[in-house]
Order: sequence, then structure tokens, then C-alpha cells
Amino acid sequence: MHGLKAIFKKELSDHFSSYRFMILFALITMVSLIIAYMVGMTMREELASMAKPKYVFLMLFTSRGGLFSLVQFIAFFGPLIGLILGFDLINRERNEGTLSRLLSQPVYRDSVINGKFLAGVVTISIMMVSIVLLITGLGLRMAGVIPGLDEVWRIGIYLVISIIYISFWLGVAILFSILFRGIATSALAALAVWIFFSFFVPLGATIIADALVPDLNPNNPEAIIKHAKIQKAISLVSPMQLYTDATGTIIDPTRKTTRTVVLMGPLEKLSQARFAGPLTIGLSLLVVMPYILLLIAITAICFAISYTIFMRQEIRSL
Amino acid sequence: MENRIVIETEELTKVYNGQVAVDHLTFQVREGEVFGFLGPNGAGKTTTLLMLLGLTEPTSGKARVLGVDPVREPIKVKGMIGYMPENMGFYRDLDALQTLRFVAELNGLPRDVAEGRIERALRTVGLFEDSKKKVGAYSKGMRQRLGIAELLIKEPKVAFLDEPTLGLDPDGTNRMMELIEQLSQERKMTVILTSHLLHLVQRICHRVGIMIKGKMVAQGPMEQLAKEKLGVGAEKYTLEEIYMKYFKEA
Repeated sequence: MHGLKAIFKKELSDHFSSYRFMILFALITMVSLIIAYMVGMTMREELASMAKPKYVFLMLFTSRGGLFSLVQFIAFFGPLIGLILGFDLINRERNEGTLSRLLSQPVYRDSVINGKFLAGVVTISIMMVSIVLLITGLGLRMAGVIPGLDEVWRIGIYLVISIIYISFWLGVAILFSILFRGIATSALAALAVWIFFSFFVPLGATIIADALVPDLNPNNPEAIIKHAKIQKAISLVSPMQLYTDATGTIIDPTRKTTRTVVLMGPLEKLSQARFAGPLTIGLSLLVVMPYILLLIAITAICFAISYTIFMRQEIRSL
Repeated sequence: MENRIVIETEELTKVYNGQVAVDHLTFQVREGEVFGFLGPNGAGKTTTLLMLLGLTEPTSGKARVLGVDPVREPIKVKGMIGYMPENMGFYRDLDALQTLRFVAELNGLPRDVAEGRIERALRTVGLFEDSKKKVGAYSKGMRQRLGIAELLIKEPKVAFLDEPTLGLDPDGTNRMMELIEQLSQERKMTVILTSHLLHLVQRICHRVGIMIKGKMVAQGPMEQLAKEKLGVGAEKYTLEEIYMKYFKEA
């Protein structure tokens, strides 16, 4: 246990004293604050003339300020945090010859990888919590609304999902840092995976759905539904989609389902309006639970693969 | 000197991707000895050390270090042996003090014990004045001595030094050799070292083992090897002559 603790402590202080972390943190804080500020400004204008709707505070996270909302921003650029923190964790030590020194000390080999992963997760958590707190503070001042207990809970759950999501990408980065000796190679490989899941899977989903259901006639509702279902199923391969759906539902109480709703006609619209009341937090959580579990599962799988490979590697090749 | 055996191997074998790195190796090292491990590059010396440390698993055969099986209890073995790998690296952003504190923590030493040992170790290797300097700014010789200091933190009974003089200037080499003699004489450490500087090995080692292509072709005190290979009466032998003789035969 002392080995794990020592490695964890060292890794954590490494993260916090690195330029890489400071630049990343500054960048993300800056963008978040700009978005929150812009959203706050529009909210203040719009809210001045009307009665405040429920859950105003959460709108800080879901409304677009400039190009995207905060939730979208983290969905898109959150992976970069994980990747940047993790892509050279193992192979740098290997290249600089510190790994063989570390492993010749009386520590279990898994302590090395556990300590590194844990320190990364804690770094991510501190980063995310401080950003959300900053935004909350800014929102309080600008919009002049105080979040209700329910909203605080929702923000808390949103934070937890975000940390799991970014930790998944940290796991991917660590996996590549074990697989590849070259630091640049592992960074590029990790970036490639990120780009693949963030850009190509959504694009591919549409293309495949179009190919499978070529006849998208507005008079043929079955085809439209089939198209939407196929597209959805494929895009769920992407962790980003999982995350977006999960957080979207948590942070927006009026969203009843993680699925995209295809509105067909006036009657559906009517029934939608009839049940327009917000979901309770328990129900929201219930809706997204499979998504959260899935995110945890892929993170665990990714970590398990890294773990097995690392434990089996010959020291000679380290 | 009939001291107890601290390291013994029995038919130790390691195969890497179909290539035999260490071939049925059997040898012993006794307490307090300085054992010189010689052989060309790629002869399997480092692999043997790694197997003794429990850092890599032997394909077959047995090894015992201070009575412990490194395959079964690698953590225990690593706690008892100080290992200085070839081409080791240090975290460049830490100073010597931080580096050694980290090692002490990895070994689970209590803080007060660790501080005392760190200071003594730094004084022994002559790095006390530079202990607040970042290791990234150290010269090669200083880094090698820091490696010895790191090893001293554990206060091990056995030390494995893999090429401790590699890339050092003559003065650095001399200091390193003196340090190793000091470990052996003052701290009664058993030392196994690998090196290509045969005249130095001849100076400080009690016994040598010559390893070629994974096999130990000769082992024993130098006088004995000289008698065997160069004939009786070869009083003014050098290890170099013995080594080359074995090397050509293999």
C-alpha cells in the first residue's frame, strides 16, 4: 500500500506543477467563463421582462453562448483533458529509464498503474469541480438566481458523469502510452481515436442510416422512425454520444428520454405538451442510469486492458 | 572464507521469443563477496540479474536470494536487494533529496528513519552539497553516484550493479570503484557487478564469472582461472588475457 500512496502523491504533484496542466486548465477555465458570461448576459436580458421559469439556473449549462453550450463544450473537449494528462504516463518513464528503477523497488507492479490512474482522476476531478464552481459563482452574480436543492443535485450528478467520461479518455491515453514506446506515436494514436469517435461516428451513423433506409418519404413514418433508430444505435458506439445523452437528460429536467424525439403530427405534439412537467431528479437519474453504467463499464474495460498488458510486459522490453 | 551462500541458481533458464538468453545457469555467490559478472554484450548478464530480482520470470530453473524465491516473493526480494540498472534515469524535475525521499517512501520507511539514512547516503557518495540541485542538471558521474545513494537508502545486504562505470570519465570511474570497495568492506555488502573494464574488475572483485551466450563458461577466483587457462606459473596474468582466451574458445 505504501507504494501506491507514494506513487499517487508523486504523480499528483507532477500534474499540478506541470506547465501542461496549467495551460490546459487556463484554457478550459477561460472558455467556460466566456460561455457562462455570454449565457448569463442573454439570460439577464430575457428574464428581465418575464416571470422566471423553473430551473433557470441549469440553463447556464445548457444554453448556447457563442458557438456552444457548456455541456457541449465539455462533451467535445473534455476528452482532450484526459488524453493530454495521460498520453505519456508510462512511455516517458520507460524512455527515460525511470521505470526500471521504480519497479526494482519493493512495490507491486499494479501500484504503478493504479497510482497513475488515480492521480489522473483526482486531477480531473479537481479541475472539473473548480470550473463548475466558478461558473456557478458567476451565474449567481450575473443572473441573480439561486439554484434550488434539486438543481444543486443535478449539477453534482452532472459533475460525476463528466469525471467518469474524462477518466475514460485518460484510460485510453494510458493504454496507448503502454502500447507505444514513442511519446508522439501514443499522442497521435489517442487523438485519432478521439477524432474518430467525435467526428466520424456521428457522420458515419447518418451515412449508414441513409444507405439502409434510402426512401425518406415524409409520408412514410415507419421509414423515418427506422432511419432515426439506426442512426441512434450507431452513434451510441461513441462515448461522446453516451455522455451527451446522459448529461443532457440530467441537466435538463424537461427532457424525458435520452432518445431523440421524432415528432410526427399535431396529436403527438399535443400529448407532449400535456406531459410537459419536469421530471423529478430520481426519474431523470433512472432514465440515464444505463448510460452512466455503460460509461463506467467502458472505462473499467479500458483500464483492465491496460492493466493486463502492463502486467505481462517483459521488463527487458521496458 | 566459508561464508554462507546468499545467492544461488540452479539450471536457471530464460527464453525470449524463442531465443535463449540464459542457458541452464548454475552459480553461487557467498556473503561478503564482490562477484564480477563478465561477458560480451547480450550474453545474458542483465537478464540473470533481473531474474534474481524477481523482475522477470525464469522459463525454467530455480533461484534463491537470501533464502527467498524471487518468483514467489518478488516484493520481499526487491526490498532486500539494492539494484542499480544500466542506463537508469531519474526524474529530472526532482532534486536529489526529493528523489531519495520518494525511494524511501516506496520502501515504506518511516520519515525519521528515512531522513537519517538519506543524509548519510548523500554524504557517503559525496552529493550532500548538491542535494538541492535538480537531477536534470547533474553530470553522468553524479547521477551514477546518486544511484548508489538510492541503493544505500534500503540498507541492503546485497547490491546488484549493472555497468556502474558505463560512460564515466577516469576520475568518475575511480570514485565509483572506491565507493563499491567501501560498500563491500565497511558495510559488508555482497556485491554483484557487471562491467567491461576488466582491469577494474580485477582490482576489486574476489571472484569472477564469465558468461558467454547465456552460459557460464568459467567461474572462480582469478588465480584459479589463470592457472586453468594460462597454465601454472602464470604469475603476472591479467584478467584481460583470461577473458580473451575464454571468449575465443566459445
